[in-house]
Amino acid sequence: MKRHLISAADLTRDDAVLILDTAEEMARVADRPIKKLPALRGRTVCNLFFEDSTRTRISFEAAEKRLSADVINFAAKGSSVSKGESLKDTAQTLEAMGVDAVVIRHSASGAPYRLATSGWIDAPVINAGDGTHQHPTQALLDAFTMRRRLVGPDAGLGQDLAGKRITLVGDVLHSRVARSNVALLHTLGAEVTLVAPPTLVPVGVETWPCEVSYDLDSVLPKSDAVMMLRVQRERMNAAFFPTEREYSRRYGLDGDRMARMPEHAIVMHPGPMVRGMEITAEVADSDRCTVVEQVANGVSIRMAVLYLLLGGNEPALTNPRTEEK
Amino acid sequence: MSKILIRGAKVLGGAPQDVLIDGEFIEAVGAGLSAEGAEVVEADGKVLLPGLVDLHTHLREPGREDSETVLTGTRAAASGGYTAVFAMANTFPVADTAGVVEQVYRLGKESGYCDVQPIGAVTVGLAGKKLAELGAMHESAAGVTVFSDDGKCVDDAVIMRRALEYVKAFGGVVAQHAQEPRLTEGAQMNEGVVSAELGLGGWPAVAEESIIARDVLLAEHVGSRVHICHLSTAGSVEIVRWAKSRGIDVTAEVTPHHLLLTDELVRSYNPVYKVNPPLRTERDVLALREALADGTIDIVATDHAPHPHEDKDCEWAAAAMGMVGLETALSVVQHTMVETGLLDWAGVADRMSATPARIGQLAGHGRPVAAGEPANLTLVDSAYRGEVDPAGFASRSRNTPYEGRELPGRVTHTFLRGRKTLVDGKLA
Repeated sequence: MKRHLISAADLTRDDAVLILDTAEEMARVADRPIKKLPALRGRTVCNLFFEDSTRTRISFEAAEKRLSADVINFAAKGSSVSKGESLKDTAQTLEAMGVDAVVIRHSASGAPYRLATSGWIDAPVINAGDGTHQHPTQALLDAFTMRRRLVGPDAGLGQDLAGKRITLVGDVLHSRVARSNVALLHTLGAEVTLVAPPTLVPVGVETWPCEVSYDLDSVLPKSDAVMMLRVQRERMNAAFFPTEREYSRRYGLDGDRMARMPEHAIVMHPGPMVRGMEITAEVADSDRCTVVEQVANGVSIRMAVLYLLLGGNEPALTNPRTEEK
Repeated sequence: MSKILIRGAKVLGGAPQDVLIDGEFIEAVGAGLSAEGAEVVEADGKVLLPGLVDLHTHLREPGREDSETVLTGTRAAASGGYTAVFAMANTFPVADTAGVVEQVYRLGKESGYCDVQPIGAVTVGLAGKKLAELGAMHESAAGVTVFSDDGKCVDDAVIMRRALEYVKAFGGVVAQHAQEPRLTEGAQMNEGVVSAELGLGGWPAVAEESIIARDVLLAEHVGSRVHICHLSTAGSVEIVRWAKSRGIDVTAEVTPHHLLLTDELVRSYNPVYKVNPPLRTERDVLALREALADGTIDIVATDHAPHPHEDKDCEWAAAAMGMVGLETALSVVQHTMVETGLLDWAGVADRMSATPARIGQLAGHGRPVAAGEPANLTLVDSAYRGEVDPAGFASRSRNTPYEGRELPGRVTHTFLRGRKTLVDGKLA
């Protein structure tokens, strides 16, 4: 494993499988009466959020606390891009306070990479989403969810997603989730197809390890998992597509479309969902939709990443210590 | 001692000759000239060029003296072999009145390191709405002939048309920063494979090309002269080539960094590579080199854009756009154009001195190295190889993309009207 987790593209297949396997171990902690491991006792992790994201922050915080880390939450919304030096100053402040790892969320693509490579800070950096670039733990939790559903939990240990056909639908252009998932799913052996109106596919996508289609209906019958991406309502004013209704007709997932998917296929969404536009309530609430599992899996994945980056050289649970009194 | 003998210099890269300077002028050029009564500069096979002329420099004064001043900027220019620079108008206040251009002109005179010719803004405050007093700036002591809103595009077609027409009255030229503003909203880097991967807002080539296409057609329609700043794409080259073949009076410049660097470097997210127009692809770089060689692109201009450390030592999106270039331009041109066989030294003299002086109508610069001409000269040790070390820059800013990169060539002497401004690589 590298020292930082900045991009899903930085992970080798073995790194990724190790994280997924470790997350399976971490998931067992959630079933215990005391949902806590002493692995990061005495270590301080800072959640440095320059951009709002309650869900991701809480997920990281839960993961950190289950590993017994001391947690500092630093919300610096709005101060970042207008005053760039604040990232550097903030980083150095945290360094001076002896922070052992930084989880960073930032509206500027590349900010975590800068943080990790500019010599501003020594601690490992975990990217919790940067601009329209990457959100690697999201991709890992998505892959974890797919492996559990499509390969099987314990049967999946050591396995990747070879041959699985995954379709990502929606605003690829602005989606760090799409960028992360394309990279990671490809590394794990899956075949990825992006489906979106041409206005929401980035120029230059032809070098990505995936297919691109503008026609959702033709792709659905060949998909083992369909991941709907969030479409921000403000995109409509920027002429990316004519109307919400037209988008919904062409790229929304409703019951009829879901019926065209293979029986075993699952529906995924990174949340928060825009019900009615990108996904109907019928689909969102169906058994095939894994949104809630994805949230739970997110904690396991983030525990695994923190554990591995902060020096966990051995499997987390082979020799579980009991909590000291 | 008013006489200087430059001995054994390869004038424009040719056979070694002696050049005798008397006062502000070249007295003689030839073999075995007498050194009597003259200070001798041993040139020992170095290349002698006419003093370089930069049609596109940002000196930042007035307003951002923390980045650069006229004094530090002209010292950087002398270090890079320049004897004249055109100072862009996007200062604070904007150089859109006779008063501001005269101030910059006067500061240049006082600095003494190179001539400073101010560029006037096309529109008031660079706002693109209302023509600035172009005539008054032309008639001022600064004698402005080049007008540009550089940093911003004159995107309103009517304003651009009027500017092109208006400057005909006094033979001026409008230098356009070709950037369609709507197509580049939120733009952070070249739109393409790398931007798609990095998730940085794309600056598409067509945003430059569409404005160039429009402006050459406007220039043709009103029978005026237009200059294209820092052309950066293969498509732009094609449009300028077509316009020239059609007889349209268009000239174009390319920066050293667009001749060498590509958007692959942005993968580092290091804002030292953030520049406008952005670094493009390998294909663009090769097209630009070829176009500079065949004369489609007329000149090299630095777009020297100094920024203080804190404006670059941050995340990419927050960083300022621009790179310093005066002190490395000739090295980059030697590396990309001379050592690739695309251009000889006479060609370098044309693209970096004679033609920029002609476009900017700057008398006394860009002249042949010949008896009777003003002694504006640059001596280059073309055999030198070394890593770029910004710590040694004369510029107040250090935002160079070449730090630690090995580049050939080193300017050892610069003469401004017979006076040494640079001696053995050190400012006089």
